[in-house]
Amino acid sequence: MFLKKIAIAGAMSAFMGSTAYAGCGITSGSVRILANDFPAIQAVAEGAEACAGDGVEVSKNLTKEHNDLQVAALTTNPAQYTSAVVASSSIVPLMAADLIRPLDDLVAKHGAQLQRNQLVTIDGKVMAIAFMANAQHLFVRDDILAKVGLQAPKTYEDVLAVAKAIRDAGIMQYPFAMNTMTGWNLGEEFVNMYMGTGAPFFKPGTAEVAINNEHGIATLNMLKSLTEYSNPDFLTYDSNVTQALWESGGVAIANMWGSRGSAVLDSEGSTDEVVSNTSLISAPTWGGGSTNASTLWWDGFTISKNISDEDAEATFLALLNGISPEHVAKNADKAVWLVSGYEPTPAAKGTIATAQGTTPPYPMIPFMGALHTALGNELSDFLQGNESAEQALADVEAAYTAAAKEQGYLQ
Amino acid sequence: MKHRSFFWFMLPSMAAMILFIALPIVSVFVQSLFVEHEQILVMTENCGPFGCQQETSIDVAAMAQLNQDKPMGQFNGFATYTNRSHLAFAEIQEAWQTAQSIGEFASKVLNLPFYRAVAFTLSYTFVVTPFVILAGLAIALGVNALPRMLKGPTIFLSLLPMIVTPLIGSLILFWMIDSRGIIGATLQMMFDDPNLSLKASPALTWITLFVYGIWHSAPFSFIVFYAGLQTVPQDTVEASMIDGASRWQRIRYVVIPYMMPLVTFITLMQLMDNFRVFEPIVGFSAQANATSLSYAIYNDLRGDSKLFGSAAATSMLTIAGVAVLLLPVLLRTWREFNRKAV
Repeated sequence: MFLKKIAIAGAMSAFMGSTAYAGCGITSGSVRILANDFPAIQAVAEGAEACAGDGVEVSKNLTKEHNDLQVAALTTNPAQYTSAVVASSSIVPLMAADLIRPLDDLVAKHGAQLQRNQLVTIDGKVMAIAFMANAQHLFVRDDILAKVGLQAPKTYEDVLAVAKAIRDAGIMQYPFAMNTMTGWNLGEEFVNMYMGTGAPFFKPGTAEVAINNEHGIATLNMLKSLTEYSNPDFLTYDSNVTQALWESGGVAIANMWGSRGSAVLDSEGSTDEVVSNTSLISAPTWGGGSTNASTLWWDGFTISKNISDEDAEATFLALLNGISPEHVAKNADKAVWLVSGYEPTPAAKGTIATAQGTTPPYPMIPFMGALHTALGNELSDFLQGNESAEQALADVEAAYTAAAKEQGYLQ
Repeated sequence: MKHRSFFWFMLPSMAAMILFIALPIVSVFVQSLFVEHEQILVMTENCGPFGCQQETSIDVAAMAQLNQDKPMGQFNGFATYTNRSHLAFAEIQEAWQTAQSIGEFASKVLNLPFYRAVAFTLSYTFVVTPFVILAGLAIALGVNALPRMLKGPTIFLSLLPMIVTPLIGSLILFWMIDSRGIIGATLQMMFDDPNLSLKASPALTWITLFVYGIWHSAPFSFIVFYAGLQTVPQDTVEASMIDGASRWQRIRYVVIPYMMPLVTFITLMQLMDNFRVFEPIVGFSAQANATSLSYAIYNDLRGDSKLFGSAAATSMLTIAGVAVLLLPVLLRTWREFNRKAV
């Protein structure tokens, strides 16, 4: 009886194996995706899931905590996930631990649909396939700008002038908002603002931090001037809060992620008055510089090293299906796609304007994460007026140095 | 009990304690003595959607060999414990030498992340613990005096703060105290101050967290005291009534002395729990104004830059802190136990 069952099962699987052919050109293999959780990535994962069936398994874990899991999950052999969907910063720990494989052969074999600029290469090897771009930029309310008779701001000095005019006109006490929650968000705001000075974060060729200078002080002072036009709760503001604030009509200028554009411009959660008057414009420059105070981010997928070549190929094909021009065309409003044939929607205007100006990419440097963390933790005292800019920068430098020593970047 | 049967009786729980508590602590301790290998860095050309850059990268091949030879990393001894993120000996020494006054020295010390976390953790522990005991006792005495019909529903309602998951409980309160939330807006109206924000000032954030902590833990001490109240000997109470003791005197001279062992028990539990305060800080997004030791550990283990050695060192220091806190209470219990044995 037992033998008979085995025989039948064997025959079944041989039969299915020979005829199985899903639409994505995969015949077998397991696809397991670990990714962040927002609409554009949900769309990509859905596209990959369409390849499931007939011997191909596709599973996904979309979570905001993806970068806390990824290193541990990909270290096991075989890896828990065959693909980690990463952003500019979260690819760095995977590279450092040597957990993702070069994709050159897979790109050569199957990558006809990819554009040259989708290939993320590190030291000449393709390590990730980028599919969307993101950047923080300004959102402005045209009706309120018209009321105070000012143009849309091009620099942060303009932003301050507009905010002052709105406050003086008695329209809003706190017209400005940005993602200033203590931690990663606040660190990102400093990084963006400092980028506008054009100065480097590290001494060239070393891991020694170089922000404790007049550029750093100017950056902090600008952030402080901006937060004075922001609600006193600003140290608890992340993207969810600023988006809700914008949709409620509570602010007139905000610096938010481009990926929030479609949610802000859709008909849900807001009024016609707010939506129809919202303009998405480029990130501003400041201090007479020509570099936009923002960083460009890409999101893309990687393939784990510790899996079979068969699973790697299946994963690559499934994810290519998730970013195919036809699938992207159906989800055009969810992101600024880097895929060929993508037609920008109104929600993409701000990010595209920012990318067309001089805006640097977020640095893919292994010790950038430690600096970002130190910035996020050490700046709130200064912004609350409890310590000087010099002291705040000295604290950042000391916190970064302690972390970088522990991680072996400094001795 | 014979030693032999005692041994077999205790074996399962001892084995579980060693396997799941003692050994992990040893492993965390060993982890805290190591830091990562010196990273071998190379310059590479990295290209992406936004052009090419010359950037620093890790020489993965060279590091793989190093990590295979010595998987634990470099031995660092107790240097992680004394660096700026933890006990910060060098910084404290410098602050002591350069500070003009005690106030300046204190502000310099409280600028260091570990001491900032300790300051909040200890304040939270020593404010919340006594209030939890007092509030729990008061609720228990109140509920005990209720008519039988009302007792059930009242007990259920009083237990609600403990039933609600800490993170959810703190999030709900967080939204209510928002300047556009029901409590926040009411307070602004009452004090006629449109800038009043419970989230912005350090002092108000601390008070909010303390109040939340008391609200959340009071049901625990209430239910313990309520159970204790059921066993208070009625003849002693009646005797004191015949002697003309008022309700307050009965509570002060009969009930409270009888419940002292329960007070010790709750103090122990609350000291331990409150020293590990964590969820409310996340729930209230209070990290700008209040961090705790548990929060510091959590923060080290998140994001793109993880510090395992640092988190391990903070964990060991937390264990040491709990031990120091509990020592007086444990010593007292031990002395009383010995006195009774003789």
